[in-house]
Amino acid sequence: MSEYLPLVVLFILSTLVAAIAVALGHLFGPRRPTERKLQPYESGMTPFGPGTRRMPVRFYLVAVLFILFDIEVVFFIPWAVVYRKLGLFGFVEMLLFAGILEIAFVYAWKKGALEWE
Amino acid sequence: MWADRLAVLPVIVIGAWAVLLTVADLYIPEHRRRITAILAALGLIVGLVVNLFIQRHNPQTAYFGLAIADGFSSFLNVLFLLSGLLGIAVAHGYLQRQNIARSEYYSLLLFSISGMMLMGMAADLIIVFIALELLSIPLYVMAGFHRDRLDSEEAALKYFLLGAFAGGFVVYGIALIYGATGSTRIAAILSAVQSGSASPILLTVGAALILVGLGFKVAAVPFHMWTPDVYQGAPSSVTAFMAVGAKAAGFAALLRVFLLAFPTLSDKLVPLLWALAALTMIVGNIVAIVQSNIKRLLAYSSIAHAGYILMATVTLGQSRLMADAAAAALFYLLAYLLTNFGAWAVVIALEREEGKGLSIQDYAGLGKKYPALAAAMSVFMLSLIGVPPTVGFLGKFYLFRAVLEGGFVGLAVIGVLTSLVSAYYYLRVVVVMYMQEGEPVVNRDALLHWTAALSAIAVLALSLFATPLFQWATQATLYAAQ
Amino acid sequence: MSVDYVLFGGLALVTILSALGMLFSRNAVYSALYLIFNFSTIAVLYLMLSAPFIALAQITVYAGAIMVLFLFVIMLLGAEQRGQAVRTWWMQPLALGLAGILIFEAIYLIFTHRTSFPPLRQAVGDLGNPLQIGEQLFSNYLLAFEAVALLLLVAVIGAIFLSRGRKLR
Repeated sequence: MSEYLPLVVLFILSTLVAAIAVALGHLFGPRRPTERKLQPYESGMTPFGPGTRRMPVRFYLVAVLFILFDIEVVFFIPWAVVYRKLGLFGFVEMLLFAGILEIAFVYAWKKGALEWE
Repeated sequence: MWADRLAVLPVIVIGAWAVLLTVADLYIPEHRRRITAILAALGLIVGLVVNLFIQRHNPQTAYFGLAIADGFSSFLNVLFLLSGLLGIAVAHGYLQRQNIARSEYYSLLLFSISGMMLMGMAADLIIVFIALELLSIPLYVMAGFHRDRLDSEEAALKYFLLGAFAGGFVVYGIALIYGATGSTRIAAILSAVQSGSASPILLTVGAALILVGLGFKVAAVPFHMWTPDVYQGAPSSVTAFMAVGAKAAGFAALLRVFLLAFPTLSDKLVPLLWALAALTMIVGNIVAIVQSNIKRLLAYSSIAHAGYILMATVTLGQSRLMADAAAAALFYLLAYLLTNFGAWAVVIALEREEGKGLSIQDYAGLGKKYPALAAAMSVFMLSLIGVPPTVGFLGKFYLFRAVLEGGFVGLAVIGVLTSLVSAYYYLRVVVVMYMQEGEPVVNRDALLHWTAALSAIAVLALSLFATPLFQWATQATLYAAQ
Repeated sequence: MSVDYVLFGGLALVTILSALGMLFSRNAVYSALYLIFNFSTIAVLYLMLSAPFIALAQITVYAGAIMVLFLFVIMLLGAEQRGQAVRTWWMQPLALGLAGILIFEAIYLIFTHRTSFPPLRQAVGDLGNPLQIGEQLFSNYLLAFEAVALLLLVAVIGAIFLSRGRKLR
């Protein structure tokens, strides 16, 4: 496990930095609450309606596409690790793999799946 | 490397064609949708030519033993490609009539076929799983092709959920077998099993789980619950295609994996397979009796036929017989392909919008008004029962012969008795067509009528030339079963 | 060795607590957040089992993408607040029974077979290493790798077709 020590240090450091930033704000920031300030923030407008409105189904498509392209990334990692060893062969095979998935991207683009209208 | 590519060339051709068709279709204007269908059919024909061109009888493994190209796979390739061509023929006009003509249909069809062909070539359980998903996912989407209709959406969702469930069973089974033998290659599994180093409990449980998963795919009882709803809800052209293609691919995996990898587990697996085959034949045929909707009737009929084909697997472990039984199963699948597509072509010819024209009563008077179509339908019904001189009879004949030679008299008796039961509901369709008065409405769709006519002729003619065909199937399986 | 045990004990506790938090949260979004936490701790457990690639996939795919989908679906349905759930009487006893069997099996295995387990590194070797996986992927499983590309393409087409069918160009 010792080879993951830098990772652990990074985690601890990043947590610490975040915690310190929040703590400093709490310590030194002036606090003069008014009713307006305590309300939930909605782009500078007075909030209205419940915060839990139903979202359009488009978000679902975005999430599904995200998963599928994420899985593509997972396949890239082992390839990147052995890339030097594989040479041209690995490059061509990955080009094929990525090329097929690029067509998925072209399809999504042409069909307007990424447009928000 | 190039030899590997050459060995799996048919799959590559269809897969690449599907990818290119997806791209090309983006640039084909909507009112020229026919071009997409023609291009898809052209791809299938190219696949057929390539397949015949590189057909070989001595098996050749490719990609470090991931895939195998042999007679078994080239026979199955022909089966899948034919079902694709027939699937396009019955779909083209139908999709337009139902107002769901969307060109994705054809690329999805090709993707599904590439998965099926990969399944036929699979020599590794990982490939079995990926091929299973590759052939299933397009089918889930196609089942929901009729997006405005609730029953089509229900069919897609049901098929997807149960299909994913079945996929889970298959993966679990593969994991257990990997745990027992240390490999997913069928050849390596076989040698591990034979050396006795693998834990028999893990192996048996793993094999049983794979059987459950594939049982879902081929719609064997008790894993058939989804079949009637999905077959009824999906667009008819999709049902026609998946009844043949998905079933054939499931059996390809079942025969390849079980007959090849697990012959030494026969004492544990054969009773299971026996029970599965018997249950499937009995339940499928008996429940079919009470159906009044033709799509549901054909759904239960497809369950029943899965039972007949399952009979071939009980010869597991009898090495002398396995090749013959597998050949009988392949022949039966070919017979089922022709008969089933023909019957569905007639059903689609009578189907009207909003799911009308699908009751068996709607066939009343067909014999008088459209004698040719009624005659074709009668031929298909007779072939589904297994009456000579149809190819369905010979399919049953070869299967029963293999089962009897294996010493499973009980199973053969069940098969014959359930075939007699099936005569009741298949003949009812014929009776309604000829004996009852009615005003059937038939769509004008030349492609559809040609499909029905050619299938009927093939069903009759192939029964005369069955021996060479069966010999081809035997040749195909000779090496696969060794 | 003892450090490993302490690490594992702590992690296991966090995993179980986050799972319980997911189960008992009244708000579905909190449940989802607990689940992300749970996935992350499980990723560390994979690391400890010398399977770094699986750990990485667990983080990117499960804690990342799949949880985004979960959250979207929760919001899509407007199901943050748990309504009156339909309960069937046999669900709880069945779940308890199944959990009991699982725990019993684990305890039984640990107490009867503890000495016969091979040391982890020896049993697994370097198999979980991305390097090993990469080499296997591009030799022994090359065809499967390329087939997966087709599979992903089909999934994209299917998802777009089904979710945006009518509005498509």
